[in-house]
Amino acid sequence: MSSTFLGVPRRGHDHPESPLRGTESFPKAAHHELANAQLRRNLAHATSSIRAKRALVVGEMPDWEALRDSGSAIKADVMARLPELLERLEANVTARGGVVHWAADAEEANRIVTELVRATGATEVVKVKSMATQEIGLNEYLEERGIAAVETDLAELIVQLAHDKPSHILVPAIHRNRTEVRDIFLAEMADAPADLTDEPRRLAMAAREHLRRKFLTARVAVSGANFGIADTGTLCVVESEGNGRMCLTLPQTLITVMGIEKLLPTFSDLEVFLQLLPRSSTGERMNPYTSLWTGVTPGDGPQEFHLILLDNGRTNALADQVGRAALHCIRCSACLNVCPVYERTGGHAYGSVYPGPIGAVLTPQLTGMDGHGDPNSSLPYASSLCGACYDVCPVKIDIPSLLVELRGRAVDNDRDRNIPGGWDAAMKAAAWVMSDEKRFAAAEKGLALGRVLGGRKHRIRHLPPPLSAWTGTRDLPAPPAQTFRSWWRDTHPAAGTANATQAQR
Amino acid sequence: MRIALIATCLGDALFPDVPKATVALLERLGHEVVFPPAQVCCGQMHVNTGYLKEALPVVRHHVDTFSDVDFDVAVAPSGSCVGSIRHQQAMVARRSGDTALAERATALSARTYELSELLVDVLGLSDVGAYYPHRVTYHPTCHSLRMLRVGDKPLSLLRAVDGIDLVELPRADTCCGFGGTFALKNSETSSAMLADKIANVLSTGAQVCSAGDASCLMHIGGGLSRGETGTRTVHLATILASTRENPA
Repeated sequence: MSSTFLGVPRRGHDHPESPLRGTESFPKAAHHELANAQLRRNLAHATSSIRAKRALVVGEMPDWEALRDSGSAIKADVMARLPELLERLEANVTARGGVVHWAADAEEANRIVTELVRATGATEVVKVKSMATQEIGLNEYLEERGIAAVETDLAELIVQLAHDKPSHILVPAIHRNRTEVRDIFLAEMADAPADLTDEPRRLAMAAREHLRRKFLTARVAVSGANFGIADTGTLCVVESEGNGRMCLTLPQTLITVMGIEKLLPTFSDLEVFLQLLPRSSTGERMNPYTSLWTGVTPGDGPQEFHLILLDNGRTNALADQVGRAALHCIRCSACLNVCPVYERTGGHAYGSVYPGPIGAVLTPQLTGMDGHGDPNSSLPYASSLCGACYDVCPVKIDIPSLLVELRGRAVDNDRDRNIPGGWDAAMKAAAWVMSDEKRFAAAEKGLALGRVLGGRKHRIRHLPPPLSAWTGTRDLPAPPAQTFRSWWRDTHPAAGTANATQAQR
Repeated sequence: MRIALIATCLGDALFPDVPKATVALLERLGHEVVFPPAQVCCGQMHVNTGYLKEALPVVRHHVDTFSDVDFDVAVAPSGSCVGSIRHQQAMVARRSGDTALAERATALSARTYELSELLVDVLGLSDVGAYYPHRVTYHPTCHSLRMLRVGDKPLSLLRAVDGIDLVELPRADTCCGFGGTFALKNSETSSAMLADKIANVLSTGAQVCSAGDASCLMHIGGGLSRGETGTRTVHLATILASTRENPA
């Protein structure tokens, strides 16, 4: 709500738009998205069908809660000894013929990928759907340096062709319906058949032919990783379409960018996560394609393998005892699909490639929150704290508690830096009133004056800002003639020891 | 049983009928109700808005107030206030370094119940002898469902009410969009959520939308009233307190 901060002096905030930060606060960005009727319909339809699928395949698992506990415990263990496990992964990848690179931030990761691609002489790379490369803006970085990055996941391809941004972790084009996809293909995909219809099968076939040509000519592929196994040096990608498998097996060179939190200690830990992830994300018992590779195998698959381990703010989150739980995320997006806020605003309102409830706790930790002029400072408030996200999280991240913690951080940060917030005065005054019954009773007397606003129907329809944010769409009942405490005094005059005890205090 | 009433700040100031109905119900069931008059608020609004330092004196006041009173159990006709008492008060105290307060808050919260929990779990009731001849749909409220896990306790109590025509609310477990100051800070998203909740309420044809939280009902009721829908909101406590002799 923009009026919240009216009259508050603005500090000079310099936050260039990045894959992890939009240009507007969540309420402002949501304002635009909420007005998009097509988006609202697409999202309501898509999220409700994924929710139903997930509920079905989770409901049939007798040990689902035990699996969630295991997933949570394994991830907590990983975070507790991340440095040791990362070094073990590096040693095992190296021993099997891979090359490990360390990237402190997006710029360094992008630079390493560019140098590796240039060394092969290629000017085009095929890409496996990956959040890590979205997070660092790799495609744009490569494009500026004369290297075309071709997304091969169907939904990512749609987003890329439309010069759009992903709006969902798993279903990046969830905000588009099939008619829009047909129009995008016809406008942007040179080899799309002129008589293309919006029939899903026709759309898939058009993309398939387009991508086949890319797969068969590509010499370099870039991927992310769902899991990296410290004990064996094995990387794992799970997907639905098989396009990732093409990228992971056909080109000569494979470059994988993996967030350092994606580690699992042992191969057998996959047993837990390969049950949790597909059921939580696509609502499938098992995902169609699971690719595992370990270093380089002579004569089979890519003969050159590079693993780039990406920090980009993760160690900041790791250093935070409460916030580090957000690093447990396995990017299933179950929390997006159940979130009543996400369902109405869509992913773009969050400004980050990580939208929804997990994005609201992960993004501000990766980037930091730089005062309330920073769009990312508004993200922890982009939730009604309804708790639906926590219920479905396969690794039991208590997102509502993290949101509250981060709200506390946002307020404390501003306090420490003497940046006044629009809510400070009201909250301080309310705390003063609400920590003493006499002050509260006096405030209630003041409130009773509001009865005149209620008119004959005892309902208030207009209030000045900031309460106009309520009365814009909702009535408020007029205050009652008598408060409860006053009624109690009248009706329970000799109400025993409770009163007596209180009086002695 | 000697039951301490947490009227809640919202119930005390804006919706006194809710704590009054709670008193009427518990007294009709033969229990002694005490109202520690020093009480004000559980601190939830401050906590959920990020003002955890400001929440501390509010939490301390709540804990002090109820620590001084002799009672068996405390009850609030609100899932979210009890949720805050159970899951946030000790955190606020710990965060400020006051471990003694955190321990007192935890001890107090262990005998603080939401109304349907008190009736079903503590008092072992499934039928409170109420009479309410209206078509009612029930919104289970997020914090009752997911912070307290009250499950279908409120519904089981409502099913036993004489004369009631209880109809299922579609997508009942979805948030109404209130979320405390969320309704102000993100008023447009909140209103979009409310619009869908109201459409679902109206689809039931119910005269009354009920819930166990006055705050959620203030939100849903505000939308129903603005839309001139004719559908009212009535708190669970009011329905359970209603009898043939004293109908609500």
